[in-house]
Amino acid sequence: MSALGNSVRGIVAVAACAVLIAAPFGLKPYGIYLLSMWAVMTIAAIGLNLTLGYAGQISLAQASFVGIGAYTAAILTTHGWPFAAAFFLAAALCLAVGWLLGYPALRVQHHYLAFVTLAFTTLVFLVLRNEEWLTKGIYGISNIPRPAVFGWSTQAPRDFYFFCLGVLAVVSFAMWRLVRSPWGRAFMALRENPMRASSLGVDTRRYTLMAFAIGSSLGGLAGALYAPLVQFIEPTAFALGLSLNLLLMVIVGGSGFFFGPFLGALVSVLLPEWLRFTEGFYLIIYAAMVMVLMVYCPAGLLGLAERLLKPAAEDRSVLTQSDKDPGA
Amino acid sequence: MTDLIQLLVAGLATGAIYALVAVGFTLLWQTSQTINFAQGEFVMVPAFFVLAAMKFGGLSFPVAILVGIAASVLILGAVFKRLLVDPMIRHGVLPLVISTIALALFLKEGVKEFYGAEAQSFPALWTTTHVTIAGAVVSLQNLVIIGVAVVTIAVLQWFLGRTRTGRCMQATAQNPALARILGIRVERMILYTFLINAALVALASLLISPIYLAKFSNGETLGIVAFIAAIVGGFNQVRGAIVGGLLLGVIDNLVAAYLSTQYRGAIPLFLLIAVILFRPQGLLGRAEERSV
Repeated sequence: MSALGNSVRGIVAVAACAVLIAAPFGLKPYGIYLLSMWAVMTIAAIGLNLTLGYAGQISLAQASFVGIGAYTAAILTTHGWPFAAAFFLAAALCLAVGWLLGYPALRVQHHYLAFVTLAFTTLVFLVLRNEEWLTKGIYGISNIPRPAVFGWSTQAPRDFYFFCLGVLAVVSFAMWRLVRSPWGRAFMALRENPMRASSLGVDTRRYTLMAFAIGSSLGGLAGALYAPLVQFIEPTAFALGLSLNLLLMVIVGGSGFFFGPFLGALVSVLLPEWLRFTEGFYLIIYAAMVMVLMVYCPAGLLGLAERLLKPAAEDRSVLTQSDKDPGA
Repeated sequence: MTDLIQLLVAGLATGAIYALVAVGFTLLWQTSQTINFAQGEFVMVPAFFVLAAMKFGGLSFPVAILVGIAASVLILGAVFKRLLVDPMIRHGVLPLVISTIALALFLKEGVKEFYGAEAQSFPALWTTTHVTIAGAVVSLQNLVIIGVAVVTIAVLQWFLGRTRTGRCMQATAQNPALARILGIRVERMILYTFLINAALVALASLLISPIYLAKFSNGETLGIVAFIAAIVGGFNQVRGAIVGGLLLGVIDNLVAAYLSTQYRGAIPLFLLIAVILFRPQGLLGRAEERSV
């Protein structure tokens, strides 16, 4: 990696952190709510990025894990359980469900996996809607309490935002370590060349399953934050639409890039606000932008940025291969 | 018993429509590895072409139908391929999947904004009278649907199997490189499958809209059903898509009547998961083989 690329990255990262910490002091509650939503969606998208971007499996089940996490947290905390227990239970439950789903589902790959996970999302939605004794069905669960963390009440929007940001920071750090560990390298080997990875002794099935289960449990964590953030959950929030949305976040940001989900979630959460003046046309514009992006740069926004930075980086690095990109 | 016959006929009619959609879906996959996540929306849109032609163009229903089919073949067939599939196909399957997901959103929201969010009634192609067969009261409309679908699929099978162009399309699906060497205009054959798919979804749209009304959100369930039908029957066979479609239609009607309306939508999903896990090539499919 070139020195220039790294320094650009460093500057951007520091600036982004400063903005994230300073922003809530200048924003109205709705702005803080949006930032919190960004943090929550980013966690879910990081999970999906592990499955899709690093291990190369198309999953449309992420919304159902967010849903399972959200309902676990909501049901337990409204019944008086402490938040910490609900939080970790949500993650553990999603890890287990992800493992159980992945075990048979990962026998098939690519578009077949997309369909199995799509079916799973719809099944979870039906259960959430129909099992009223547990989930209150279409009436949803309201008055979900926000937690107190070590005596610090996160009832106020800004406090809860910092709590979400803190969780996001921990998750990001863990993911940063994970993709650089032997596990992470095995995940990437799976995506790049499964046959070669297998010939080098990587147990492909086990690692894919692991990536899928860890990604699912991050979806559960995001759900456990989503419930107290919105304080009212109902089944349609976790239907196929959210899965597709999360998938678009990962792809638009740049799948397989560490910061892809951060950027993709930002676009997905903030774009509706920026395009508010277009009223109903927002989704039409968003969809058109995604199609144009896919035509010109399927690697997503970060892929586009990398392509733009590349010529500059090449001047400084002698060892960089001079493969001229015909599209650039 | 009469109940069962009524349910079976209704199921076969819905299933026949699913089959048309699933066949188109399979054709696209065969010749160009396009997994069209917007297939459901493709069924939703033609009805609105017809309605718009009647409302804004002041055309009569039969003329509007012709305009609707022509617009579908042009936009959902040729334009779809040129603008979205062609530039994307070299990037592999995933970007195309994502763009068709975006396209589905685009079509859905477009119809909602430009035509309306309410369900629109759609004129029936046939009078809605009933006939009695062996004591069972059967809607004539359902029989017409089954008839139209059977004829369409028979013509399609004849075209693919017996005509020169159809055989060239088969060759393209089975081995594009070899087909090219033999002088088949592969690009043109792929375009034909897109046009055929557009015609099939337009037909399905005309058949299904009088029953379920025309609504912008109709595509969601239709798309999923088409995938499931294609996979259950066998992703790489037109025959499979037909069987898958009919099976789903019948099962859907029987489950709703005898088991549970709440979990009516879940049965096809279980069927899908079971087929993918135990017989990934589909009920009729053979592994590692492609043909149209």
